[in-house]
Amino acid sequence: MEFLRFLLRRVLWSLLVLVGLSMVIFIIARAVPGDPARMALGPTATQEQVADLQKKLGLDRPIVEQYGLFVVGLAHGDLGRSLLTERPVNDDIRDTFAATLELVLATIFIAVVCGVPLGVVAAYWKDRWPDNAVRLVAIFSAVTPSFFLALLLQILAGYVLHILPTTGRLPPNFDFAPGYTGLVLVDSIIAGRPDAFLEGLRYLLLPAISLAAATMGQMARITRSSMIDVSSQDYIEASRAFGVPEWVRVCKYMLRPSFVPPLTILGLEFASLIGNAFVVELVFAWPGMAAYGIRTILQKDLNAVMGVVMVSGVFFVLVNLVIDLLVGLVDPRVRIRGSRQ
Amino acid sequence: MSDALLSVRDLSVEFTTYGRTQPVLHGVSLDVPARSHVALVGESGSGKTVTMKSIMGLLHMPPASISSGAILYDGRDLLTMPRRERLKLTGTDMSMVFQDPMSSLNPVFTIADQMSTILKYADRRLGRSRSRRERMQRVLEVLAQVRMREPERVARSYPIMLSGGMRQRVLIAMALLSEPRLLIADEPGTALDVTTQAQILKLLKDLVEERGLALLMITHNLGVVRETSDYVYVMHKGVVVEEAPTAELFAAPKVAYTRALIDAVPRLTGARPAERTEAAP
Amino acid sequence: MSDELALPEDAPRLSSAYQSWYRFSRNPTAMIGLVIVVACVLAALLAPWITPYPDHVGAVVNFRARHLPPSADYWFGTDNVGRDIFTRVIFGFRVSLLLAVVVLGTAIPIGTVLGLTAGYFGGWVEIVIMRLTDIALAIPPLVMALAVAAVLSPDLVNSMLAIAALWWTWHTRLIYSITRQLRTREFVEAAETLGASKFHILFREILPNCVSAIAVKTSLDCGFVILVGASLSFLGLGIQPPTPDLGTMVASGSAFLPDYWWESVLPGCAILFVALGFNLLGDGLRDLYDVENVR
Repeated sequence: MEFLRFLLRRVLWSLLVLVGLSMVIFIIARAVPGDPARMALGPTATQEQVADLQKKLGLDRPIVEQYGLFVVGLAHGDLGRSLLTERPVNDDIRDTFAATLELVLATIFIAVVCGVPLGVVAAYWKDRWPDNAVRLVAIFSAVTPSFFLALLLQILAGYVLHILPTTGRLPPNFDFAPGYTGLVLVDSIIAGRPDAFLEGLRYLLLPAISLAAATMGQMARITRSSMIDVSSQDYIEASRAFGVPEWVRVCKYMLRPSFVPPLTILGLEFASLIGNAFVVELVFAWPGMAAYGIRTILQKDLNAVMGVVMVSGVFFVLVNLVIDLLVGLVDPRVRIRGSRQ
Repeated sequence: MSDALLSVRDLSVEFTTYGRTQPVLHGVSLDVPARSHVALVGESGSGKTVTMKSIMGLLHMPPASISSGAILYDGRDLLTMPRRERLKLTGTDMSMVFQDPMSSLNPVFTIADQMSTILKYADRRLGRSRSRRERMQRVLEVLAQVRMREPERVARSYPIMLSGGMRQRVLIAMALLSEPRLLIADEPGTALDVTTQAQILKLLKDLVEERGLALLMITHNLGVVRETSDYVYVMHKGVVVEEAPTAELFAAPKVAYTRALIDAVPRLTGARPAERTEAAP
Repeated sequence: MSDELALPEDAPRLSSAYQSWYRFSRNPTAMIGLVIVVACVLAALLAPWITPYPDHVGAVVNFRARHLPPSADYWFGTDNVGRDIFTRVIFGFRVSLLLAVVVLGTAIPIGTVLGLTAGYFGGWVEIVIMRLTDIALAIPPLVMALAVAAVLSPDLVNSMLAIAALWWTWHTRLIYSITRQLRTREFVEAAETLGASKFHILFREILPNCVSAIAVKTSLDCGFVILVGASLSFLGLGIQPPTPDLGTMVASGSAFLPDYWWESVLPGCAILFVALGFNLLGDGLRDLYDVENVR
């Protein structure tokens, strides 16, 4: 029950974070020296056109009322209309979000599945060559800009080896479009299309690796230090005294208590992962929300930009709620005490 | 006394840290005959914990290394026997009660999980087999033996749900799982309040006497020595400075250091000792 | 463990200076990091005097020398208008380092003061400050900089302000967690009992205990700020051409992949190099100061 209360508290805090986030975004968007409608329409538009758009978007009302409308819209899941296309921002984001979601999920999967075992290996052979090797990999993956890694992978896999496609999400004119979930890998399984699954995977691989590298390095690093921390605990010494075999000690008794810090970091650094997704999507022409965001930013489409930032924030908050839940599952202390400390 | 159950012969251990080698045990010898209750007493840093870890095979090597000596158990040298053979003894026939009930249990697994895992691998090393159910039964049985009132509930619990005293009993139960002949106790209960510690020591003493186990009590507390042992070894700076039957030691300590230790025990009655002896240099 | 390492009293004690020196000398990565950082800073400062073609910083065009591969004359080759890439990379360090200095120079004081305040005073002050950091954490710095660039104009100053406006959160969290641990320590309580001012307690008692953590964090952050800055200029939102900027160079060079690979790969390596230096140095300092939880 403490755990439920803990989760409830986290949900409430998350809502508060979202309210704060909406304010920050609104302030930035309205801090424009100049008129959003004018900016969107460009210098050639007539005064009437600008006034028209202002009215349509509610820009002529008092600022507090505008914020009120913005929040009411958000609460209904309505992000307003694009200043340029006048299409609902929702529709644009819905079309692009699934691609980003698929990329980010694949990234987290790669980062955790590679990073955590690397950290375990490094901790187990602390200060010996596997540890040094992992530290080297972790440092290099942390300091390689993801757009640069993306370019390098494109050159290597795309131009030199010709083994993987370098742009897009599926081959051009491919007779499969993701439906139910919007995720190619999931929808292709539902639709019973192994060929589409394989194609989707081939296209996903390079962007996901480029994006995962930094997080993977971080996971390896944190897992390592967390494992080393736990390995000096009395209970590990005790299990050794009772003759519990080494692999059980490492993979069960040490790994599970070590799992909370990497999970926490994954949540905290998720924002910078989304940030990197912006560049990676651009390099690989991945049809995601980030690519949409950049396009709208360059076109100074403020409503769309606000929508993109807000959705990134919601994404961040949701991922962190899932992580809270996972932390509770991994560590009974959180469940029983109802707090992270 | 080579017929002792456990016999440490002339054990020397050294540590290498920051590129320098430092001896920490200088030829320690001690005997624990079967069914006897022996105490090893010394202040922190005296080498008693290193001795205990050497016996249990818990030294991390490196930085530690055993430079000379032998540890005989049942007449066989633990240090030269094959690893497999040694693992058949440690944690099963010679077992250990850990010191700190707060930190010696894994916080993220249930008591039942931790105990039955220990049992499972102890069985495996000894070439026995038991079903999950039988293991669970044994766990509950042992929990009941350490006077746990609701063994089922305790088994289902995570350590954080239990009091310090209960956790300490769980640690004792863990040591008893595989019916040991020798129990090494590392200052059990020091982390607990005095009343609970007294209960734990009483329980330990009762269990050891009921089953005719040999006990090696490692402690810095002479009160505990008097309560639980018949024979004492006093350690100081990696050397056994004095050994004697408990009663004799308290009546007539031979070494200045032992006298200092005895004088350091707080008394509730009587005047301070007239002549305080300074600790040995 | 503590018992294992306890030495007899008469054993020669190892001085802490000796231990530090021993650990530093056994940590070649820290030394490599230090050398890289010093080299990059010096190169950036002395750029006009040490680069072979200092005039290539501007909008020089030399079509006869365009797209030349790396050679003795042009170490990193030339770009699509015939400018020496090596020269431009060295000048590019200036922008990267300036970005790091400005962002961290703003973020660290703010983050430190807020962290000290939240950690020491607790109560509603703590709630307000820490919830603010939660909000700021939810915004990717890169996206924030993009949004600000969209609203204002895409240039370096705006990008720096946008990044700095979010970066303090990490320092606040770090200092906050240290302060919370120190708040109840004897030396703080002693100062309180003696009637020391809050200012004295925060900045004279607690802050000095955060210095090693701040040093490690700063070194690591320099690398990460440079990476974010490079991503921004890769997207065209950094300092505007023709001023050399590493991210911009990677972006414009990528148009000529894979044939003229050096035009994007070598500036990319330069970003990696400087970020690597700061990271190795931070890692080394972390080992030295034993502040394992600083990232």
